[in-house]
Amino acid sequence: MSTATVALRHRLAERGVDTQMLLLVPATVFVVALFIYPFGYGLAVSLQPREGGMLAAYQGFFSDAYQRDTIMTTLWIALPAALLNVAASVPIAYRMRGRFRGKRLLTTVLVVPITLGTVLTAEGLLNFLGPAGWFNRFLLTTGLTDAPIRLTNNYWGVFFSLVITGFPFAFLLVLSYLSGIDPSLERAAATLGAGWRQRFFRITLPLLAPGLATTFCLTFVLAFSVFPSAILVGDPSGSTRVISIAAYEAAYVRYDYAAASAAAIIMGVVELIVIAIVLGLRGLLYTGSTAGGKG
Amino acid sequence: MRRSIVASPAAWLVWGAVIIFFIGLAGVIGSVVVNSFGLRWFDSWLPEAYTTQWYGQAWDEFTLLPVLTVTLVVSLLVVGISVAVGVPAAYVLARRAFPGSRILYLLFLLPILMPPITYGIPLATVLYKYGLAGHLSGVVLANLVPSIPFVILTMTPFIEQIDPAIERAARMCGARTRHVFLRILAPLLIPGILAASILVVVRTVGMFELTFLTAGPDSQTLVVALFYSMSAAGIRAQQSVDAMAVIYCVMMLVLLVVALRFVNPTQLVARVKEDPSE
Repeated sequence: MSTATVALRHRLAERGVDTQMLLLVPATVFVVALFIYPFGYGLAVSLQPREGGMLAAYQGFFSDAYQRDTIMTTLWIALPAALLNVAASVPIAYRMRGRFRGKRLLTTVLVVPITLGTVLTAEGLLNFLGPAGWFNRFLLTTGLTDAPIRLTNNYWGVFFSLVITGFPFAFLLVLSYLSGIDPSLERAAATLGAGWRQRFFRITLPLLAPGLATTFCLTFVLAFSVFPSAILVGDPSGSTRVISIAAYEAAYVRYDYAAASAAAIIMGVVELIVIAIVLGLRGLLYTGSTAGGKG
Repeated sequence: MRRSIVASPAAWLVWGAVIIFFIGLAGVIGSVVVNSFGLRWFDSWLPEAYTTQWYGQAWDEFTLLPVLTVTLVVSLLVVGISVAVGVPAAYVLARRAFPGSRILYLLFLLPILMPPITYGIPLATVLYKYGLAGHLSGVVLANLVPSIPFVILTMTPFIEQIDPAIERAARMCGARTRHVFLRILAPLLIPGILAASILVVVRTVGMFELTFLTAGPDSQTLVVALFYSMSAAGIRAQQSVDAMAVIYCVMMLVLLVVALRFVNPTQLVARVKEDPSE
């Protein structure tokens, strides 16, 4: 081996690059070939519509109110659902962060809807909340309403399905963040005379806030990609025509791949904008150790 | 800490919300289960009579055996490939700092952060172009996209826990990288690999969008077959669709029970440390 290559190997090794890095190659190839390349391909397809200029597919999307409104529809479903899921998990997780009997059972039962997935949840909601379902039957028997409330095949059906699958997800994440906060910090505050309100708002919440931002992002991604439940329990041609349905229709009903790729890319961009805003706000918060002790 | 016997109003509110959620959950699952056993159920709390005929009908009509076989094969292939590819990558990411490691980490994070539909549609287009979609191979490839990064992200903290001194000792004794992996790391990593594989199986069986976009008629997994039979409602008896949903439900619950023997519930959604105080 010549001196030049040895020297290069040494120089690379000093920066931490050596043959072991080859172990990274298969995973990188997979992700690039199956994720980055299709994305680039989709971008290229979206820029080559059947007619019109380069941006015709995007112009078509934004000039057609039926397509454009799907963005607002999606946000109008996903943002409140994600917010509710995170906001509801905080007090519940705060109360359950200690140890008590049946905690393991409770968390196990909460995992059930996550594993069941949206398709089964949709089927269950159609039966349960439907006009002849148990929920409306209960309302009618107790005399709370005179006529069955319509909760399926509209906005609320999708919203409930997102809460059922999204809340346990948010709860378990918040619970894990909360148990990472050293309880002695709060005890110290209590010793100094802080009430529970002060302890929560001045100690726990600031430490928890970055975790909440992450939880919100992940829950929002779940809610934003709502597709099966929007079709099954929603009103897929009207109030719950979310952007994923628009993309799917363009690809598999109209076979207009440029429009489909454009819709998929717009969907990704909108989602990333929301996440960037949330993570940008998170950057303003305290991030660091949540463990107590001297430091 | 002192606990008062009488719960405060806030506690009532919190437990009330939890109970309402569980009642809703029980209603959602219960009504599917009851309907799948009901003979006629129109305007009453419970069906007039019970039967198991819908299960036989679902089994024949939806050709469940091939569907279950496909689901099993897809899950096993996805788990096998993603572990074989993901664990070595996780090892390097956990042990090394090199130029571009953060960018690479972000690259592996992206497929998990994006909604499956956004990359699923271009991916399906590409797979159709190369004639891979519509078969088992396309479904497996599409499901690998979130699975490989998932294995990498769950395995990295497991590997970080292992003391590098053990590896250095093995190297001092003359072990090569392959030996370090097979003889030293693999036995130590078995619990982590098991946990990651089970989580990947749960995710793959439940993954709707990617399979839906890439599956052909003979490569549908159970959840996609369930979706098709639901969206074509009216053609088939609702009860028979529900019977299929119950079969899916039971399968997922069995997987869940198996998973929970190896992982903490919170690990299903995030990688977290066990509370050290316990």
